[in-house]
Amino acid sequence: MLELRNLSFSVTEENRDKEILRGISLTIPDDKLVVLTGPNGGGKSTLAKLIAGIEQPISGQIFFNGQDITGLSITERARLGISYAFQQPVRFKGIQVLDLIRFATGKNTLSVADACDYLAAVGLCAKDYINREVNNSLSGGELKRIEIATVLARGAALSIFDEPEAGIDLWSFQNLIQTFDSMRRSIPNSSFLIISHQERILNIADEIMVLADGRLEQSGDKEQIMSELIGTTSAVPGCRKVEGGDSSVC
Amino acid sequence: MLTMDEIKKRLLLEVAGLHDIPEGAYNIRADGKSAGRQSSAHITITPKENGSGLDIDIQPGTKNESVHIPVVMTQSGLKEVVYNDFHIGDDCDILIVAGCGIDNCGNQDSQHDGIHRFYVGKNSRVKYVEKHYGSGTGSGKRILNPVTEVYQQENSFVEMEMVQIKGVDDTNRTTNAELAAGAKLIVRERLMTHGVQNAYSKYVVNLNGAGSSADVVSRSVARDKSYQTFDAKVVGNAPCSGHTECDSIIMDSGRILAIPSLEANDLDAALVHEAAIGKIAGEQIIKLLTLGMTEAEAEEKIINGFLK
Repeated sequence: MLELRNLSFSVTEENRDKEILRGISLTIPDDKLVVLTGPNGGGKSTLAKLIAGIEQPISGQIFFNGQDITGLSITERARLGISYAFQQPVRFKGIQVLDLIRFATGKNTLSVADACDYLAAVGLCAKDYINREVNNSLSGGELKRIEIATVLARGAALSIFDEPEAGIDLWSFQNLIQTFDSMRRSIPNSSFLIISHQERILNIADEIMVLADGRLEQSGDKEQIMSELIGTTSAVPGCRKVEGGDSSVC
Repeated sequence: MLTMDEIKKRLLLEVAGLHDIPEGAYNIRADGKSAGRQSSAHITITPKENGSGLDIDIQPGTKNESVHIPVVMTQSGLKEVVYNDFHIGDDCDILIVAGCGIDNCGNQDSQHDGIHRFYVGKNSRVKYVEKHYGSGTGSGKRILNPVTEVYQQENSFVEMEMVQIKGVDDTNRTTNAELAAGAKLIVRERLMTHGVQNAYSKYVVNLNGAGSSADVVSRSVARDKSYQTFDAKVVGNAPCSGHTECDSIIMDSGRILAIPSLEANDLDAALVHEAAIGKIAGEQIIKLLTLGMTEAEAEEKIINGFLK
């Protein structure tokens, strides 16, 4: 279980403090899928980075399974079971997809067949990708799916995804949603925090939280929040072009 | 079985991947003397009359064969210059593995300057692998100054993999190539320097024949207080295509000078150069930290991947 207590964050711009998050308190229980939505610039990605340890709050506390992790490093949090999928995945010259999946599992000896299973789960033809370098030769969509595969491979107790649907080009939303479903089933008691505006992702949430202007404006069951969000920028229908794409590039 | 001590065997493994005597033709030079030599049916290795090196003759049409000529040195203060000439006939397809490992535990400098000349016949394909490695705790320097000259006849193909990852204190590498029509040269250099090491790597590739091409790419890492210079020049003297690239990572107080250059002496010479130097991107480190690595582990994985 993840608990945030009165979490605040600000940056300095042109010698002035700008508040990004203002006293956020929330709880993500075990075995729950929470979707965090809200307008752009509302602080969603910053909140995800604070949980992963990439940014440090100016005040407030973060508890994970009862332990205060506010002062812990990214590495320590990762080892406790927090996983984070970047909104814009990182490219590496020379590091192959197989390497990255092995890093994610922490097993240098992970077999190629087992690594391929993670790629297949995100709709990539494993044999075409397993030896590819994670560099500029990959499209944004391919990179995004490999990023999701690394989080899948970690099998963490809490997985955070920052706009996982962005740029998934040929892959359908339905497959992405199935991936989340199978992750939930394969990792007992796992919880998920997914940042998204997409209605179809909001639809798979157990709970929805709305962050706007650095404040948690709404929080509750999917049914309760969805009815209020439909038609706003916090819940946009999936792009038709994306929905009509092939279900797989295999 | 070769009679070599454990240090020499370890060096041999590092530079040539050899646990024991290789298959095919080979010459293993240890502390200035031949520790083993064998010719094969199609490849003849002959010591030069003045003792300054070897002539390696590869018969036309020799395919899927290899030549290993590694050098290992463990004697502090030994300095040598060795000339090895490869005469490769037409229509060959061969692998040549060279490389030098120096273990210097003494206080005198050890130095090996290998001058390799390749005369590559028409339509032949050559893969050349050269690894350099240094070890030892002595204050004497480990110095390697290789000179590589490549003369490629029509439609030949040469791929060179030059690797120097660890332990060489001072290196001055020179590679010159002359390509006839339709010939192609690919160079992949990987270099890592640390401590107060100094590395200078210079290439001059002359594309003399129509349809010739070259792709010279260096990936390097300069750590600690080391310094590197990459100076690669591609000259287009005919309708040809050439590309040179230097991609480098600097760490600690490492410094790099990259000088990729081009000279077009023909209107239809298409030449491109690229150079990039920078530290490891912070987001790359962060990504690996989120996978549970420490910062030191993340750096190591990124560097190993970059130089793979």
